Amino acid sequence: MNWIITENNKPVNLQDIPCLDINDLRKEIIEIKKRVVGFFGDKVFDGVKLYVVLADDEEGKLYISSSFFGADKKSYESITKTLPAFHMFEREFFEQYGIEPLGHPWLKPVRDHKKEYPFFEIKGEEIHQVGVGPIHAGVIEPGHFRFMCNGEKVYDLEIRLGYQNRGVEDLFVQNPTNQLAESVCGDSVIAYNLAYSRAMEALAGIQISNRAQLIRLIALEMERAAIHIGDLGAIAGDTAYQMGAAIFGATRTLVINSLLEICGSRFGRGLIRVGGVNFDISQELAENILKTLEKVGDDVKRTTTTMLKSPTVISRLERTGVVSFENAKALGLVGPAGRASGVELDTRFDFPDKWFLDKDDKKFKAAGDVYSRTRIRYKEIMQSLSLIRKFMKMLPDFEGEALYISCTNALASDKFVVSMTEGWRGEVVQTFITDNDGKITRCKIKDPSFNNWYGLAMAVRNNGISDFPLCNKSFNLSYCGNDL
Amino acid sequence: MLETLKLRIYQGEQFIKDIENAPMRSQFRGFPKLNSDVDITPCKGVCPTGALNTENLSIDMGKCTFCGACANACKAVEFTNEYKLASTNREKLIVTPETTFEEFRKTAFEVREEIHRIFGRSLKLRQVSAGGCNGCEMELNACSNVNFDMGRFGIDFVASPRHADGIVITGPITENMAYALEDCYKSTPDPKIVILCGACAISGGVFQNSEKLNREFLEKYPIDLYIPGCPVHPLTFINAILCYGATHVGTSELN
Ligand code: SF4
Repeated sequence: MNWIITENNKPVNLQDIPCLDINDLRKEIIEIKKRVVGFFGDKVFDGVKLYVVLADDEEGKLYISSSFFGADKKSYESITKTLPAFHMFEREFFEQYGIEPLGHPWLKPVRDHKKEYPFFEIKGEEIHQVGVGPIHAGVIEPGHFRFMCNGEKVYDLEIRLGYQNRGVEDLFVQNPTNQLAESVCGDSVIAYNLAYSRAMEALAGIQISNRAQLIRLIALEMERAAIHIGDLGAIAGDTAYQMGAAIFGATRTLVINSLLEICGSRFGRGLIRVGGVNFDISQELAENILKTLEKVGDDVKRTTTTMLKSPTVISRLERTGVVSFENAKALGLVGPAGRASGVELDTRFDFPDKWFLDKDDKKFKAAGDVYSRTRIRYKEIMQSLSLIRKFMKMLPDFEGEALYISCTNALASDKFVVSMTEGWRGEVVQTFITDNDGKITRCKIKDPSFNNWYGLAMAVRNNGISDFPLCNKSFNLSYCGNDL
Repeated sequence: MLETLKLRIYQGEQFIKDIENAPMRSQFRGFPKLNSDVDITPCKGVCPTGALNTENLSIDMGKCTFCGACANACKAVEFTNEYKLASTNREKLIVTPETTFEEFRKTAFEVREEIHRIFGRSLKLRQVSAGGCNGCEMELNACSNVNFDMGRFGIDFVASPRHADGIVITGPITENMAYALEDCYKSTPDPKIVILCGACAISGGVFQNSEKLNREFLEKYPIDLYIPGCPVHPLTFINAILCYGATHVGTSELN
């Protein structure tokens, strides 16, 4: 057996995870043709254990395997050469554990700023460099963008991140809390806290009530709708369609204020805790929120339709920042950015979940350009709103159920659990390992941005540099989620 | 075009007219109210940031994430929906059972005379995210949206530190941002102010024990204003700035 097969949020025993020679594991990874969601190390005895988690999105299964690097084994043959989707994963593994993937085409730092960063350069009389950041023009997180341009045209963009590195994974080992989970990436509070809480519940062996599950999912979809609406506003702003920017901004306010009415925070902080939720949604509140969201749906529909009829807007969006299906697939893009290029992954529907049964199979015309990434936002706002309606209608069926079960159980010992939640940006993956006292000894987090930043770099190639902000907004990737 | 105009008319006016007295939803967790007569034992160990001192009952709003865990655990802590939480004095952010909101507000602001003179009518700020989770950043962006419309008071975020009167720091200040932050500070012309926005910036928040932080900046340079929150609510931020300019920043014309 080369793999142990499990499911989302289903812990496996550490000793049941096969341990292969790295050459065999590498061959396996290439042959089995599954998607990478985890590739990271953990210190054991005098060496390093490499864990690999692959997703089978059709079957909704996770494949886990590992390999051991003794103190004297410091390298292996790179997988990225064959499967580009591994490229950030291998870089990260190298940075964290010093084990070199030989022949990696782009082995540069991920978050480490101690060494000089070797930027890619194109030389030529007509070529000039544009450096932007870490501090950007607006109120945005820091990152550095280096463009190689010929006049207006971008030949290459290299993105250097790591400025936001707060050592989150280590903090989870020190003192894991819901509040820490909420702050890994503060625009995906619900997605992160949900993934974290589900992992802890799985490790502690608790089953939370249906009512609590529904309230969590309502919040998850509200988070998704709110951000997508805000992003439509940002895209409108960047195409100088000020009306859109203003209206989407105000409409987003309605959604996040509804979240505040549920739990006291516009971003849903304090709502989810391990064992359930801290706040209920009363019948009256549910009705009010549904009324508000109906207006939200109408306004978004009306504004999007009007905006996308405007030739000045369309001409900026169409065929701008294209990521082809082939590139998106090879790079392993996820979430709406991937779906806009035709990579139809959505962990809500791909992995068994009793609340998400019918995946919308209406064909989406995915052209991989800013226009597609705009329309996918619109589509997903509408989908989220209808899911919220559905979940709200189900709430009375579970009236009176406990909001939370106090979780005093110790976590199960010597386990490995992978928890995936589809946030608005794509899959948030959190993996936890416990030791024989049931203490967390390793936490690995993968934000969807970790896959997608490279997609943005590809998108701007051969585009005008003035379209960069627009491309950037259409992805709206996370710096802190990437930097951890 | 006609469609766009129709849409404009349909939307009507969105801005909050009286920002200083804007109503806040009751669920919002703002200024804490402490009661030392209630048994605090159930609260022990629930606070993720050490903001809650159960020995000598107090809450440090500079550390508090307003997560509500303490209030859920026992009745000694309650959160009001008062959102004017800022102070020019770090010490003042520590709330004890004796501190009423009115008391807090009376002494929260002590502003250098020079500030009124220089920033009387407008204040341009350069924001630096130094490990911020994008929560405070999103709320600061919201300050400029059509609802809060901070620009009407002459307060704006600007792109270049050279155009700024001060900087607003969000995030716990990571090692990797320490240099850029200091560079930005040095590029801002004197006189300038420094504002710490959010629990992370003020105290490190949930990241205070991380080895990846470098908070030397805060020891080197004076801090003018502390704005608590996790993230900071737009009304908290705008009112903090308005109070800081003490009715000078634009508001006098408005009333
Ligand atoms: S609300 Fe503040 S004081 Fe209370 S537990 Fe949360 S962080 Fe601590």
